[in-house]
Amino acid sequence: MALVRELIRKKSRHLKLLGVPVLGMCADLLIGAGCVAEVESSAVSLGEAGLAPRFTEAVENGEIKMRDATCPAVHTALQASEKGVPFMPLRGVLGSDLMRIRNDWQEAQNPFSREKDSILLVPAISPDIALFHARWADEAGNVWVGRRRELATIAHAAKQTFVTYEELKPGDMLEDELLAPGVISGTYVTDTAPAKRGAWPLGIAGVYDIDDAHLAQYAKAARTREAFQRYLEEFVCTPAKSYSPASSPA
Amino acid sequence: MHTREELLACVVARLIGEAKHVAVGAASPIPATACELLKARGQDLRVSMLHKRKGNPFTEGSRELFDLAGQGRIDVFFLGGAQIDGEGSINLVRADGKRFPGSFGSAFMYSVVKKTILFREEHSKRVLVPKVEFVSARGTPGALLTGRALFSWQGSRFRLESTHEAGDVRGETGFDFQSPERIPLTPPPTEEDLALLRSSVAQRIAPDYPDFARRVWGIN
Repeated sequence: MALVRELIRKKSRHLKLLGVPVLGMCADLLIGAGCVAEVESSAVSLGEAGLAPRFTEAVENGEIKMRDATCPAVHTALQASEKGVPFMPLRGVLGSDLMRIRNDWQEAQNPFSREKDSILLVPAISPDIALFHARWADEAGNVWVGRRRELATIAHAAKQTFVTYEELKPGDMLEDELLAPGVISGTYVTDTAPAKRGAWPLGIAGVYDIDDAHLAQYAKAARTREAFQRYLEEFVCTPAKSYSPASSPA
Repeated sequence: MHTREELLACVVARLIGEAKHVAVGAASPIPATACELLKARGQDLRVSMLHKRKGNPFTEGSRELFDLAGQGRIDVFFLGGAQIDGEGSINLVRADGKRFPGSFGSAFMYSVVKKTILFREEHSKRVLVPKVEFVSARGTPGALLTGRALFSWQGSRFRLESTHEAGDVRGETGFDFQSPERIPLTPPPTEEDLALLRSSVAQRIAPDYPDFARRVWGIN
Protein backbone atom coordinates (compact mmCIF):
# COMPACT_ATOMS: atom_id res chain seq x y z
CA MET A 1 0.00 0.00 0.00
CA ALA A 2 2.87 2.40 0.73
CA LEU A 3 4.04 1.94 -2.87
CA VAL A 4 0.51 2.38 -4.21
CA ARG A 5 0.12 5.66 -2.34
CA GLU A 6 3.45 6.85 -3.74
CA LEU A 7 2.40 5.92 -7.29
CA ILE A 8 -0.70 8.05 -6.80
CA ARG A 9 1.29 11.01 -5.40
CA LYS A 10 3.66 10.74 -8.37
CA LYS A 11 0.64 10.86 -10.71
CA SER A 12 1.46 7.61 -12.50
CA ARG A 13 -0.65 7.10 -15.63
CA HIS A 14 -1.61 4.33 -18.11
CA LEU A 15 -0.70 1.45 -15.76
CA LYS A 16 -1.73 -2.09 -16.62
CA LEU A 17 -2.50 -4.07 -13.47
CA LEU A 18 -2.35 -7.84 -13.14
CA GLY A 19 -4.20 -9.42 -10.21
CA VAL A 20 -2.56 -12.57 -8.82
CA PRO A 21 -5.11 -13.90 -8.83
CA VAL A 22 -7.42 -11.09 -7.61
CA LEU A 23 -7.17 -7.40 -6.76
CA GLY A 24 -8.59 -5.29 -3.95
CA MET A 25 -8.12 -1.92 -2.35
CA CYS A 26 -4.74 -1.22 -4.02
CA ALA A 27 -6.33 -1.49 -7.45
CA ASP A 28 -9.43 0.45 -6.46
CA LEU A 29 -7.28 3.36 -5.20
CA LEU A 30 -5.12 3.40 -8.33
CA ILE A 31 -8.17 3.23 -10.62
CA GLY A 32 -9.99 6.00 -8.74
CA ALA A 33 -6.88 8.19 -8.87
CA GLY A 34 -6.74 7.84 -12.66
CA CYS A 35 -3.51 5.83 -12.76
CA VAL A 36 -4.86 2.78 -14.61
CA ALA A 37 -5.61 2.03 -18.27
CA GLU A 38 -6.15 -1.72 -18.10
CA VAL A 39 -6.80 -4.46 -15.55
CA GLU A 40 -6.34 -8.20 -15.92
CA SER A 41 -7.73 -10.11 -12.96
CA SER A 42 -9.99 -12.94 -11.85
CA ALA A 43 -11.89 -10.49 -9.67
CA VAL A 44 -11.65 -7.04 -8.11
CA SER A 45 -13.41 -6.57 -4.78
CA LEU A 46 -12.86 -5.31 -1.25
CA GLY A 47 -13.58 -8.75 0.19
CA GLU A 48 -15.82 -8.52 3.22
CA ALA A 49 -16.14 -4.75 2.70
CA GLY A 50 -18.01 -5.44 -0.55
CA LEU A 51 -17.64 -4.28 -4.14
CA ALA A 52 -14.66 -2.16 -5.20
CA PRO A 53 -16.59 1.01 -6.06
CA ARG A 54 -14.01 2.86 -8.21
CA PHE A 55 -13.30 -0.29 -10.24
CA THR A 56 -17.00 -1.00 -10.72
CA GLU A 57 -17.80 2.53 -11.92
CA ALA A 58 -14.75 2.72 -14.19
CA VAL A 59 -15.70 -0.55 -15.94
CA GLU A 60 -19.39 0.38 -16.21
CA ASN A 61 -18.42 3.73 -17.78
CA GLY A 62 -15.83 2.16 -20.09
CA GLU A 63 -13.01 4.23 -18.56
CA ILE A 64 -10.69 1.24 -18.18
CA LYS A 65 -10.22 -1.94 -20.16
CA MET A 66 -11.01 -5.12 -18.22
CA ARG A 67 -9.56 -8.48 -19.19
CA ASP A 68 -11.43 -11.06 -17.13
CA ALA A 69 -9.48 -14.14 -16.07
CA THR A 70 -9.91 -17.04 -13.65
CA CYS A 71 -7.58 -17.65 -10.69
CA PRO A 72 -5.73 -20.80 -11.76
CA ALA A 73 -5.19 -19.42 -15.28
CA VAL A 74 -3.25 -16.48 -13.81
CA HIS A 75 -1.16 -18.76 -11.61
CA THR A 76 -0.50 -21.12 -14.53
CA ALA A 77 0.53 -18.30 -16.88
CA LEU A 78 3.05 -17.04 -14.29
CA GLN A 79 4.33 -20.56 -13.67
CA ALA A 80 5.02 -20.85 -17.41
CA SER A 81 7.25 -17.76 -17.15
CA GLU A 82 8.95 -19.23 -14.07
CA LYS A 83 9.93 -22.23 -16.15
CA GLY A 84 10.81 -20.24 -19.25
CA VAL A 85 8.26 -22.07 -21.40
CA PRO A 86 5.84 -20.25 -23.76
CA PHE A 87 2.56 -21.70 -22.43
CA MET A 88 1.11 -24.21 -20.00
CA PRO A 89 -2.03 -26.38 -20.04
CA LEU A 90 -4.87 -26.13 -17.53
CA ARG A 91 -7.95 -28.28 -16.95
CA GLY A 92 -11.47 -26.88 -16.74
CA VAL A 93 -12.52 -23.43 -18.02
CA LEU A 94 -13.50 -24.59 -21.56
CA GLY A 95 -17.26 -24.19 -21.02
CA SER A 96 -16.88 -20.62 -19.73
CA ASP A 97 -17.58 -17.45 -21.74
CA LEU A 98 -14.05 -16.44 -20.71
CA MET A 99 -13.00 -18.54 -23.72
CA ARG A 100 -14.95 -16.13 -25.97
CA ILE A 101 -13.37 -12.95 -24.62
CA ARG A 102 -9.81 -14.26 -24.14
CA ASN A 103 -8.43 -14.46 -27.68
CA ASP A 104 -5.01 -15.26 -26.23
CA TRP A 105 -6.24 -18.54 -24.69
CA GLN A 106 -6.41 -21.63 -26.90
CA GLU A 107 -8.23 -24.91 -26.74
CA ALA A 108 -6.02 -27.81 -27.88
CA GLN A 109 -6.05 -31.58 -28.12
CA ASN A 110 -3.95 -33.37 -25.50
CA PRO A 111 -1.10 -34.68 -27.71
CA PHE A 112 -0.56 -37.68 -25.40
CA SER A 113 -4.12 -38.97 -25.67
CA ARG A 114 -5.56 -41.07 -28.49
CA GLU A 115 -9.06 -40.14 -27.38
CA LYS A 116 -10.53 -36.69 -27.84
CA ASP A 117 -9.27 -34.72 -24.83
CA SER A 118 -9.53 -30.93 -25.09
CA ILE A 119 -7.43 -28.83 -22.77
CA LEU A 120 -6.87 -25.10 -22.31
CA LEU A 121 -3.46 -23.58 -23.11
CA VAL A 122 -2.61 -20.22 -21.55
CA PRO A 123 0.37 -18.16 -22.75
CA ALA A 124 3.12 -17.23 -20.29
CA ILE A 125 2.76 -13.87 -18.55
CA SER A 126 5.88 -11.94 -17.60
CA PRO A 127 4.95 -8.69 -15.85
CA ASP A 128 7.34 -5.78 -16.34
CA ILE A 129 7.29 -5.03 -12.64
CA ALA A 130 6.24 -6.93 -9.51
CA LEU A 131 5.43 -4.91 -6.38
CA PHE A 132 4.67 -6.32 -2.96
CA HIS A 133 5.24 -5.90 0.75
CA ALA A 134 7.16 -8.36 2.93
CA ARG A 135 7.73 -8.86 6.62
CA TRP A 136 11.53 -8.94 6.40
CA ALA A 137 14.37 -8.07 4.07
CA ASP A 138 18.00 -8.83 4.89
CA GLU A 139 21.44 -7.42 4.17
CA ALA A 140 21.95 -9.98 1.37
CA GLY A 141 18.97 -8.61 -0.59
CA ASN A 142 16.60 -11.50 0.18
CA VAL A 143 13.01 -11.00 1.34
CA TRP A 144 10.81 -13.23 3.52
CA VAL A 145 7.16 -13.75 2.58
CA GLY A 146 6.44 -16.93 4.54
CA ARG A 147 3.64 -19.02 3.15
CA ARG A 148 2.65 -16.37 0.61
CA ARG A 149 4.38 -18.36 -2.10
CA GLU A 150 2.36 -16.74 -4.91
CA LEU A 151 4.57 -13.71 -4.25
CA ALA A 152 7.59 -15.87 -5.06
CA THR A 153 5.92 -16.95 -8.30
CA ILE A 154 5.30 -13.31 -9.24
CA ALA A 155 8.92 -12.40 -8.46
CA HIS A 156 10.21 -15.38 -10.47
CA ALA A 157 8.04 -14.43 -13.46
CA ALA A 158 8.50 -10.64 -13.46
CA LYS A 159 11.25 -8.72 -15.25
CA GLN A 160 11.86 -6.50 -12.21
CA THR A 161 10.71 -6.90 -8.59
CA PHE A 162 10.54 -4.15 -5.98
CA VAL A 163 9.68 -5.01 -2.39
CA THR A 164 8.86 -2.87 0.64
CA TYR A 165 9.40 -4.44 4.05
CA GLU A 166 8.57 -4.06 7.73
CA GLU A 167 11.97 -4.83 9.24
CA LEU A 168 15.55 -5.35 8.10
CA LYS A 169 17.33 -8.45 9.40
CA PRO A 170 21.10 -8.52 9.69
CA GLY A 171 22.96 -11.19 7.72
CA ASP A 172 21.55 -13.67 5.20
CA MET A 173 18.19 -15.39 5.87
CA LEU A 174 19.08 -18.21 3.45
CA GLU A 175 21.57 -19.43 6.06
CA ASP A 176 18.74 -19.99 8.54
CA GLU A 177 17.06 -23.36 7.85
CA LEU A 178 13.81 -22.30 9.52
CA LEU A 179 13.48 -19.03 7.61
CA ALA A 180 14.82 -20.18 4.23
CA PRO A 181 11.61 -21.91 2.97
CA GLY A 182 9.75 -18.59 3.26
CA VAL A 183 12.46 -16.56 1.54
CA ILE A 184 12.56 -15.18 -2.00
CA SER A 185 16.20 -15.14 -3.01
CA GLY A 186 17.79 -11.81 -3.88
CA THR A 187 18.37 -13.29 -7.36
CA TYR A 188 14.80 -12.24 -8.14
CA VAL A 189 14.66 -9.00 -6.16
CA THR A 190 15.66 -5.80 -7.98
CA ASP A 191 15.51 -3.56 -4.92
CA THR A 192 13.95 -3.16 -1.48
CA ALA A 193 12.88 -0.23 0.68
CA PRO A 194 11.70 0.01 4.29
CA ALA A 195 8.04 0.87 4.88
CA LYS A 196 6.94 0.37 8.46
CA ARG A 197 3.26 -0.64 8.48
CA GLY A 198 3.51 -0.44 4.71
CA ALA A 199 0.59 -2.84 4.18
CA TRP A 200 -1.84 -0.72 6.20
CA PRO A 201 -4.89 -0.71 6.08
CA LEU A 202 -4.36 -4.25 4.88
CA GLY A 203 -2.53 -6.61 7.22
CA ILE A 204 0.57 -8.72 7.25
CA ALA A 205 0.18 -12.14 8.86
CA GLY A 206 1.54 -12.36 12.38
CA VAL A 207 2.47 -8.66 12.55
CA TYR A 208 -0.74 -6.65 12.29
CA ASP A 209 -4.28 -7.47 11.22
CA ILE A 210 -6.29 -5.92 8.45
CA ASP A 211 -7.89 -2.67 9.67
CA ASP A 212 -11.52 -3.65 9.02
CA ALA A 213 -12.92 -0.36 10.29
CA HIS A 214 -10.72 1.65 7.94
CA LEU A 215 -11.55 -0.62 5.01
CA ALA A 216 -15.26 -0.11 5.71
CA GLN A 217 -14.64 3.64 5.88
CA TYR A 218 -12.87 3.48 2.52
CA ALA A 219 -15.62 1.34 0.96
CA LYS A 220 -18.16 3.98 1.95
CA ALA A 221 -16.07 6.94 0.81
CA ALA A 222 -15.26 5.34 -2.55
CA ARG A 223 -18.95 5.20 -3.50
CA THR A 224 -18.80 8.76 -4.87
CA ARG A 225 -16.04 10.55 -6.72
CA GLU A 226 -16.23 13.50 -4.34
CA ALA A 227 -15.85 11.47 -1.15
CA PHE A 228 -13.12 9.40 -2.83
CA GLN A 229 -11.18 12.61 -3.61
CA ARG A 230 -11.49 13.69 0.02
CA TYR A 231 -10.21 10.24 1.07
CA LEU A 232 -7.19 10.64 -1.25
CA GLU A 233 -6.42 14.07 0.13
CA GLU A 234 -6.63 12.88 3.71
CA PHE A 235 -4.94 9.47 3.57
CA VAL A 236 -2.79 9.47 0.43
CA CYS A 237 -1.70 13.02 -0.40
CA THR A 238 -0.83 13.83 3.21
CA PRO A 239 2.17 11.56 3.82
CA ALA A 240 2.02 11.99 7.60
CA LYS A 241 -1.35 10.25 7.74
CA SER A 242 -0.75 7.69 5.04
CA TYR A 243 0.93 5.00 7.10
CA SER A 244 -1.52 4.31 9.89
CA PRO A 245 -3.95 6.14 12.11
CA ALA A 246 -1.97 7.42 15.11
CA SER A 247 0.78 5.05 13.83
CA SER A 248 0.11 2.77 16.78
CA PRO A 249 2.10 -0.47 16.79
CA ALA A 250 0.05 -3.64 16.26
CA MET B 1 -37.71 -22.94 16.92
CA HIS B 2 -34.79 -22.75 14.57
CA THR B 3 -33.46 -19.87 12.46
CA ARG B 4 -33.33 -19.94 8.68
CA GLU B 5 -29.53 -20.07 8.82
CA GLU B 6 -29.65 -23.16 11.05
CA LEU B 7 -32.07 -24.88 8.65
CA LEU B 8 -29.87 -24.07 5.65
CA ALA B 9 -26.75 -25.30 7.45
CA CYS B 10 -28.49 -28.63 8.15
CA VAL B 11 -29.50 -28.96 4.48
CA VAL B 12 -25.92 -28.21 3.37
CA ALA B 13 -24.64 -30.83 5.85
CA ARG B 14 -26.97 -33.38 4.23
CA LEU B 15 -25.75 -32.41 0.73
CA ILE B 16 -22.10 -32.77 1.77
CA GLY B 17 -22.94 -36.30 2.92
CA GLU B 18 -20.00 -38.65 3.27
CA ALA B 19 -17.42 -36.37 1.63
CA LYS B 20 -13.87 -36.44 3.03
CA HIS B 21 -12.58 -33.00 2.00
CA VAL B 22 -14.64 -29.83 1.61
CA ALA B 23 -13.27 -26.42 0.60
CA VAL B 24 -15.18 -23.35 1.79
CA GLY B 25 -14.65 -19.96 0.14
CA ALA B 26 -14.85 -16.41 1.43
CA ALA B 27 -18.04 -15.05 2.93
CA SER B 28 -19.59 -18.53 3.30
CA PRO B 29 -20.69 -18.79 6.93
CA ILE B 30 -23.52 -21.25 6.24
CA PRO B 31 -21.38 -23.84 4.39
CA ALA B 32 -18.73 -23.37 7.09
CA THR B 33 -21.38 -23.98 9.77
CA ALA B 34 -22.52 -27.15 7.95
CA CYS B 35 -18.96 -28.48 7.92
CA GLU B 36 -18.49 -27.77 11.63
CA LEU B 37 -21.80 -29.53 12.32
CA LEU B 38 -20.63 -32.67 10.50
CA LYS B 39 -17.39 -32.61 12.48
CA ALA B 40 -19.33 -32.11 15.72
CA ARG B 41 -21.41 -35.18 14.81
CA GLY B 42 -18.14 -37.12 14.63
CA GLN B 43 -17.59 -37.29 10.85
CA ASP B 44 -13.94 -37.51 9.79
CA LEU B 45 -14.00 -34.45 7.52
CA ARG B 46 -11.16 -32.23 6.31
CA VAL B 47 -12.32 -28.64 5.86
CA SER B 48 -10.14 -26.16 3.98
CA MET B 49 -11.34 -22.68 4.84
CA LEU B 50 -9.82 -20.52 2.14
CA HIS B 51 -9.97 -17.18 3.86
CA LYS B 52 -9.06 -18.06 7.39
CA ARG B 53 -7.07 -15.18 8.81
CA LYS B 54 -5.06 -17.47 11.05
CA GLY B 55 -4.15 -21.10 10.41
CA ASN B 56 -4.88 -21.05 6.67
CA PRO B 57 -4.42 -24.64 5.39
CA PHE B 58 -2.14 -23.80 2.46
CA THR B 59 1.62 -23.35 2.32
CA GLU B 60 2.15 -23.14 -1.45
CA GLY B 61 0.34 -19.84 -1.96
CA SER B 62 -3.10 -19.29 -3.37
CA ARG B 63 -2.53 -21.68 -6.28
CA GLU B 64 -2.47 -24.68 -3.94
CA LEU B 65 -6.27 -24.89 -3.67
CA PHE B 66 -6.54 -25.11 -7.45
CA ASP B 67 -3.76 -27.67 -7.69
CA LEU B 68 -5.52 -29.76 -5.03
CA ALA B 69 -8.82 -29.50 -6.87
CA GLY B 70 -7.19 -30.28 -10.23
CA GLN B 71 -5.89 -33.54 -8.75
CA GLY B 72 -9.37 -34.47 -7.54
CA ARG B 73 -8.53 -34.03 -3.85
CA ILE B 74 -11.50 -31.72 -3.14
CA ASP B 75 -14.84 -33.54 -2.91
CA VAL B 76 -17.21 -30.63 -2.38
CA PHE B 77 -17.05 -26.92 -3.21
CA PHE B 78 -19.65 -24.13 -3.12
CA LEU B 79 -20.37 -21.55 -5.80
CA GLY B 80 -22.86 -18.71 -5.93
CA GLY B 81 -23.55 -16.14 -8.58
CA ALA B 82 -25.06 -12.78 -9.38
CA GLN B 83 -27.15 -14.92 -11.75
CA ILE B 84 -27.76 -18.68 -11.82
CA ASP B 85 -29.67 -20.18 -14.74
CA GLY B 86 -31.81 -23.23 -15.43
CA GLU B 87 -28.86 -24.95 -17.14
CA GLY B 88 -26.79 -24.67 -13.97
CA SER B 89 -24.47 -21.95 -15.33
CA ILE B 90 -23.38 -19.11 -13.06
CA ASN B 91 -22.50 -15.48 -13.78
CA LEU B 92 -20.15 -13.48 -11.56
CA VAL B 93 -19.16 -10.86 -14.14
CA ARG B 94 -21.99 -8.57 -15.26
CA ALA B 95 -25.78 -8.35 -15.30
CA ASP B 96 -28.30 -5.61 -16.12
CA GLY B 97 -25.52 -3.14 -16.90
CA LYS B 98 -23.90 -3.72 -13.53
CA ARG B 99 -20.36 -4.96 -13.11
CA PHE B 100 -19.62 -7.58 -10.45
CA PRO B 101 -16.19 -8.50 -9.05
CA GLY B 102 -15.38 -11.31 -11.50
CA SER B 103 -15.28 -15.07 -11.98
CA PHE B 104 -12.64 -15.87 -9.32
CA GLY B 105 -11.72 -19.56 -9.67
CA SER B 106 -15.22 -20.70 -10.62
CA ALA B 107 -14.49 -21.46 -14.31
CA PHE B 108 -12.00 -24.06 -13.13
CA MET B 109 -13.50 -25.34 -9.87
CA TYR B 110 -16.96 -26.05 -11.29
CA SER B 111 -15.58 -28.63 -13.72
CA VAL B 112 -12.87 -30.27 -11.61
CA VAL B 113 -14.43 -30.63 -8.15
CA LYS B 114 -16.44 -33.84 -7.68
CA LYS B 115 -19.54 -32.12 -6.30
CA THR B 116 -20.27 -28.42 -6.68
CA ILE B 117 -23.18 -27.14 -4.63
CA LEU B 118 -24.76 -23.95 -5.92
CA PHE B 119 -25.79 -21.82 -2.97
CA ARG B 120 -27.40 -18.41 -2.95
CA GLU B 121 -29.66 -17.13 -0.17
CA GLU B 122 -31.55 -14.70 -2.39
CA HIS B 123 -34.28 -16.51 -4.31
CA SER B 124 -35.71 -14.15 -6.95
CA LYS B 125 -36.27 -13.81 -10.68
CA ARG B 126 -33.37 -11.36 -10.69
CA VAL B 127 -30.95 -14.08 -9.55
CA LEU B 128 -32.55 -17.27 -10.91
CA VAL B 129 -32.78 -16.47 -14.62
CA PRO B 130 -33.57 -18.53 -17.76
CA LYS B 131 -30.11 -17.80 -19.19
CA VAL B 132 -27.18 -15.98 -17.59
CA GLU B 133 -25.80 -12.92 -19.40
CA PHE B 134 -22.24 -14.18 -19.05
CA VAL B 135 -21.20 -17.77 -18.32
CA SER B 136 -18.46 -17.47 -15.71
CA ALA B 137 -18.61 -21.21 -15.19
CA ARG B 138 -20.55 -24.16 -16.48
CA GLY B 139 -20.69 -27.60 -14.92
CA THR B 140 -22.83 -30.32 -13.41
CA PRO B 141 -24.30 -29.00 -10.15
CA GLY B 142 -24.67 -31.39 -7.23
CA ALA B 143 -27.66 -29.33 -6.07
CA LEU B 144 -28.99 -25.77 -5.93
CA LEU B 145 -29.92 -24.44 -2.51
CA THR B 146 -31.50 -21.03 -1.96
CA GLY B 147 -33.01 -19.36 1.07
CA ARG B 148 -36.37 -20.56 -0.25
CA ALA B 149 -35.94 -24.06 -1.71
CA LEU B 150 -33.74 -27.03 -2.56
CA PHE B 151 -33.36 -28.28 -6.16
CA SER B 152 -31.65 -31.42 -7.43
CA TRP B 153 -30.06 -31.72 -10.88
CA GLN B 154 -31.65 -34.08 -13.36
CA GLY B 155 -29.01 -34.17 -16.11
CA SER B 156 -30.30 -31.17 -18.04
CA ARG B 157 -32.58 -29.27 -15.68
CA PHE B 158 -33.38 -28.70 -12.01
CA ARG B 159 -36.06 -30.51 -10.02
CA LEU B 160 -37.66 -28.89 -7.01
CA GLU B 161 -37.09 -31.20 -4.03
CA SER B 162 -38.48 -29.17 -1.14
CA THR B 163 -39.36 -25.68 0.01
CA HIS B 164 -38.38 -24.28 3.40
CA GLU B 165 -41.83 -22.69 3.79
CA ALA B 166 -45.04 -23.14 1.81
CA GLY B 167 -45.48 -20.72 -1.10
CA ASP B 168 -45.28 -20.15 -4.83
CA VAL B 169 -41.69 -21.07 -5.74
CA ARG B 170 -42.47 -21.15 -9.48
CA GLY B 171 -43.66 -17.56 -9.34
CA GLU B 172 -40.39 -16.48 -7.69
CA THR B 173 -38.08 -18.41 -10.05
CA GLY B 174 -37.02 -17.16 -13.48
CA PHE B 175 -36.21 -20.57 -14.99
CA ASP B 176 -38.36 -23.61 -15.65
CA PHE B 177 -37.87 -26.71 -13.51
CA GLN B 178 -39.41 -30.11 -12.79
CA SER B 179 -41.61 -30.38 -9.77
CA PRO B 180 -43.37 -33.18 -7.90
CA GLU B 181 -47.18 -33.04 -7.56
CA ARG B 182 -46.94 -32.33 -3.88
CA ILE B 183 -43.91 -30.34 -2.81
CA PRO B 184 -42.50 -31.48 0.54
CA LEU B 185 -41.31 -29.07 3.21
CA THR B 186 -37.57 -29.15 3.92
CA PRO B 187 -37.13 -31.21 7.11
CA PRO B 188 -36.35 -28.96 10.10
CA PRO B 189 -33.12 -29.45 12.08
CA THR B 190 -33.27 -32.22 14.68
CA GLU B 191 -33.03 -31.36 18.39
CA GLU B 192 -29.58 -33.00 18.47
CA ASP B 193 -28.31 -30.86 15.59
CA LEU B 194 -29.73 -27.69 17.10
CA ALA B 195 -28.00 -28.45 20.39
CA LEU B 196 -24.67 -28.95 18.59
CA LEU B 197 -25.14 -25.83 16.44
CA ARG B 198 -25.81 -23.66 19.45
CA SER B 199 -22.88 -24.92 21.52
CA SER B 200 -19.65 -26.19 19.99
CA VAL B 201 -20.41 -25.23 16.37
CA ALA B 202 -21.28 -21.63 17.26
CA GLN B 203 -18.05 -21.32 19.25
CA ARG B 204 -15.98 -22.60 16.34
CA ILE B 205 -17.65 -20.36 13.75
CA ALA B 206 -17.46 -17.12 15.74
CA PRO B 207 -13.73 -16.34 15.23
CA ASP B 208 -13.93 -16.40 11.41
CA TYR B 209 -17.49 -15.12 11.01
CA PRO B 210 -18.07 -12.79 13.97
CA ASP B 211 -20.98 -10.85 12.42
CA PHE B 212 -22.79 -14.06 11.50
CA ALA B 213 -22.30 -15.62 14.95
CA ARG B 214 -23.61 -12.45 16.58
CA ARG B 215 -26.68 -12.32 14.35
CA VAL B 216 -27.63 -16.00 14.55
CA TRP B 217 -26.55 -17.00 18.05
CA GLY B 218 -25.99 -13.69 19.83
CA ILE B 219 -22.31 -14.47 20.44
CA ASN B 220 -20.19 -11.40 21.02
